[in-house]
Formats: sequence, C-alpha cells, structure tokens
Amino acid sequence: MSARLRVNPIMCQAHGLCAELVPELIGLDEWGYPLLSPEPVPPALMEYARRAVADCPTLALLLTED
Amino acid sequence: MPLGEHLDRHGGFLLRGFGGDGGPTMLIDSVERAGLTGHGGAGFPTARKLRAVAGRRRPVMVVNAAEGEPASRKDAVLMLTRPHLVLDGAVLAADAVGAREVIVAVHAGLSSVQAAISQRQTAGMDTTISIKVVQVPPAYVASEESALVRFLSGAPALPTFTPPRPYERGVNGRSTLVQNAETLAHLALIARHGDQWFRSVGTPTAPGSLLMTVAGAVQRPGVYELAFGVPLSAAFDAAGGLTEPLQAVLVGGYFGAWLPAETALSVRLTPADLVAAGAALGAGVLLALPESACGLAESQRVASWLAGQSAGQCGPCTLGLPAIAEDLAVLSRSGNTANVRNRLERRLRLVEGRGACHHPDGTARFVASTLQTFAADLARHRRGNPCPESRYPVLPLPGDPRRP
Repeated sequence: MSARLRVNPIMCQAHGLCAELVPELIGLDEWGYPLLSPEPVPPALMEYARRAVADCPTLALLLTED
Repeated sequence: MPLGEHLDRHGGFLLRGFGGDGGPTMLIDSVERAGLTGHGGAGFPTARKLRAVAGRRRPVMVVNAAEGEPASRKDAVLMLTRPHLVLDGAVLAADAVGAREVIVAVHAGLSSVQAAISQRQTAGMDTTISIKVVQVPPAYVASEESALVRFLSGAPALPTFTPPRPYERGVNGRSTLVQNAETLAHLALIARHGDQWFRSVGTPTAPGSLLMTVAGAVQRPGVYELAFGVPLSAAFDAAGGLTEPLQAVLVGGYFGAWLPAETALSVRLTPADLVAAGAALGAGVLLALPESACGLAESQRVASWLAGQSAGQCGPCTLGLPAIAEDLAVLSRSGNTANVRNRLERRLRLVEGRGACHHPDGTARFVASTLQTFAADLARHRRGNPCPESRYPVLPLPGDPRRP
C-alpha cells in the first residue's frame, strides 16, 4: 500500500508550512503555493508527511491511499 | 419548433422505466452500442455516465444548456429551435437511470424553455418526471459540472474540489447525472431510431454527427450540423465559405488550440484526428482567423479575459493566469524577448493541474498553442512591428462592440 500527497487548492492559503516540514516532497511555486511530488511517499518520509498533513493550518494537505 | 410539429416529425417515444419492461439498461445499452459521447467538451462516453448513476437512491438529472464559452452558440440555438428534442432526451435519460427530477440549466432563454415545458404538461407528457428550468450566472466557470451542481444546491456557482464527483454526491447530496443539452438531443434520436441508425453517419470510431459553431472569416457565421469524419473545411463550406484567405483556425473554443491554415483545412473532424493534429474538439467551436488579423493580439485579449474569469478560489489560478496573460501581452507588444518567453513557458507548466477545476489547464493550453502557431509573428513583433489591436476582433468576448 502506498500513499501520495494531495492538496485541496481551494483550501490552501499558501502558509508554506508543509514545504518547511518535508522539503524532500514539497516545494513552493513563485506565489508560495505548494508543488507536490507525484511519487508515492517513501516509508522513510512517511512520519514527516503525516506531520505536515496534521499541521497544515487550513487542513488543505491530504494523504491519499492508492 | 412547437411540440405538435416536433411530434409530427420525430414521432413519440416510450418510457421503459428503470427496472421496467426490457430491463433497466435497455436504452443505456443502445446508447453504448451507438457510441454516443458527450458534446459538452470532455467527450466522455455517455453510457458510462448513465451507468454510474443508474439505480442509486433518488438520483437527479441535470441538463447543462448553460454554455459559458463566449464563442459557442450551439446549445443556445438548440434550446431555442429544438427544445423538445433536448427535453425528450432529458426525460428518457432520467427514466433510464431512475431519476424523477430534471433540472434544465440555462444562461438565457429561460422563458422559451419554460414555454416548452408548459406545452408538454398541457399535452399530458412527462407525467412521471418533473422538469424545471434554472438560470445560471453568466460566468465562464459557472457551468463547469461541479460549479453547476453546487449552484443547484443553493450555494454560489463555484467549482468544488473532487472527489466526490456529481454521480457520487451531487445536487443536495443526491447522485446527479449532468448531461450537455446536445448530447441529450442525440440520445432522444437514438431512443427513437436505434443505434444502427445513429451509426449510419460518421465513422466507426466517431459515429454520428455534431453541432458546430462556425464563426470568424466565414460568409454566414452560425451553428451547423456536420457528420463526424468530414474534412474540417466542410464546416466552412456549410457556413458559405471563407471571406478572406485563412491564416489559422481556433478549434474547440477558448480552452482549445490553434491549427495553422494548411493543417486545419486537411484534418478530418473526429476527436482522434484533431488530437493527432494538436487540437481537440472541445465544445465544437471553429473560429476562422483571416490573414489580415493578428493571432497574437487576438489571443492576448482572450487570455486576459480568461484570467479575469478565474473563480478566485485556487492560488495558482488566481495569481498564475493574470501573470500568464501579462507575459503574453508583453510578448505580443514587444516580441520574443527570451526572459519573458522562458518565464511564460515555466508558468504555463506551473499552473497545469493545480486548480480544483480545469480552468488553469484550458487557459495554459490555449496560450501554449498561441506561442506555437504564431511563432513567426513573435519574431516579426520583435523587430519592432507589433500589430494594432483590431477594432472588431475575430475572437468574440462578452460585451464586444458589434460590427456595423
């Protein structure tokens, strides 16, 4: 079972916290909105990915199971 | 066409009912054998949409006749001239999936659809299914499927994050089938004449016919019915021929793509042929750009309008599209300056797939195709010869002055 990051673009307010927490998987565009890795989250980064999802101030970041 | 004349020409039809005579899937099977696909822009197989809703609890049928595309007139013309064919299709589709409610969504012409519904009630038709008509706000994204469903549930007409898709949770939380008006007109004819009849025109992989809005440098701009598989030039012949030598054709509308004249005139009108040529059928719009017009100035005007039509919900669309439109404006004025060109190409990749709906994707596709098709003009503009903006643009936008 693998999981990928997804963002609800309507909820996202470009706080950028997620990119701070998992820079390996999340970058920011020129306007500060997240650019997500389309690859499954590697097991080694899963804990950080879950943390980023939980800490998103607008609850816009999601982990979706395949 | 009034109801009496409509029934004289096409005859009546029989509702079989979900779970009724012949089983729940008789019409859906026929639609599948016919190979009918949606005419609203996405070209999704109609039978699959019907099956996704069929048998769910109290589904709702929505007729999408609210074409937001400023260049498209086909659904408006269809609702005005053949409302009963669309309503027949709506009632048949609703019956086939077990829906008892039909909502017709329009931008204009509310009263004429209302009159058609009244005629049917007076004639004792549609007794098992209620039909109502609703006017949708005149914004480009308002008739996007999820925005339409949200509006019909009593909220603003803005796209929503999916899933859930309308067939899972639609109008007021109920499973909802959204079909384009033209698709339902084809369905009404399949129900009467059968799938073999439907396949008697078109090609094996693109059966049937389609309505096209043909405008720009043609003698008689208007809506024409064409068989799938004919050369694209047949659409211009139907519109009385070209008025000027052709430079390029915008295919599919403002989420579509430009084809240079020679490609456009030789391509066949099927979804696959158009995709192979670098375009897509979209909502069936063809805009003929004459040699005398400037493709860059025309496209830049449309790109700015599209940027302004963002619902303002998603950051990459709200901020990205105006930036893209401005980059294109700079290039259009002062030519192919490398840093602006690179920035624009990066931004086009940046916005793709990053909205809740496909507004940023469609806009990026249109601008990318502009850069490709009018590459020679970009070079010429760089040498200090920008074109003045036309007083009477070829690509129509709401509120344009009318040509005298």
